Amino acid sequence: MWNWLKKWYHKLGSPRYFYEITGAWLPWVWPLAVLTLGAGLVWGLAFAPPDYQQGNSYRIIFIHVPAASAALLGYVAMGVAGLVALVWRMKMAEIMIKAIAPFGATLAAIALITGAIWGKPTWGTWWVWDARLTSMLILLFLYLGVIALQNAITDPRQAGRAAGLLAVVGVINVVIVKYSVQWWNSLHQGSTIRMTEESTMPPEMLTPLLISMAGFYLLFACIVLVNARSEVLWRERRANWVRRELSNVL
Amino acid sequence: MYFESFADFLEMGRHGFYVWTAYGVSLALIVTNLVAMVHRRRQVRAEIRRASRREEAVENHPRNEQSS
Repeated sequence: MWNWLKKWYHKLGSPRYFYEITGAWLPWVWPLAVLTLGAGLVWGLAFAPPDYQQGNSYRIIFIHVPAASAALLGYVAMGVAGLVALVWRMKMAEIMIKAIAPFGATLAAIALITGAIWGKPTWGTWWVWDARLTSMLILLFLYLGVIALQNAITDPRQAGRAAGLLAVVGVINVVIVKYSVQWWNSLHQGSTIRMTEESTMPPEMLTPLLISMAGFYLLFACIVLVNARSEVLWRERRANWVRRELSNVL
Repeated sequence: MYFESFADFLEMGRHGFYVWTAYGVSLALIVTNLVAMVHRRRQVRAEIRRASRREEAVENHPRNEQSS
């Protein structure tokens, strides 16, 4: 198992192998992402029952929670890539950081905006400076910081390492976001989806929410892979395999 | 279907504005990312093809023929 993992790690570290294998995955993952996301959102918007307290405004949950959770998970993935970029100087890891950051930032922004829109009819305010909301705003700034660092440094290897450092350090904030509703008094409600015990949400709402979450993860994965493939081609543009790859399909 | 009519569905029990704004803004942001993704993909491919055609043209130019 360990040897298999090690082999896989080294293989995926090769830009060419990465390009080829993701090229084979994408035609399957794209339709799966679109179907899952579509099913989750239509189910949540039109078929799930309303909340007994919040009425229909709670339907924002079907984008708010998946976006927030994908933004956090994406940041952790970026942090892992950052660690690999710093310790092993792996080119592919630097490319992954660059590929994850833009859509990660978008998802963090979506979570914040939909949260504000949901907050107005539910809490009576668009925004409060409490722990959950503030740490989520910091997550957005960390994503933007990673993007800005990459744009500011011309040498792609140096840019990759600088962005990697910020990505690794920023992972602390993910932990803060996750536990902010337990550590501090927050206007934001606690989580209703539990890994280890029964979720405190009825299945008619939980099922579409979980499907929508899967949809957001898959969409995130597709966008990251396509962006990473473009970046691989660009960085390897002098390599023969890239020239051959592009001359085949005209 | 939970709603009785399409008008009901749009109305969302007086929360229509909030729900549809949230979905609309999210859709717009996601579409922007998709457009940027496709644009970058095309740009990179076109740029590499151009460079490779240019180099081929230089190599094939009579002045640069390798044979004596």
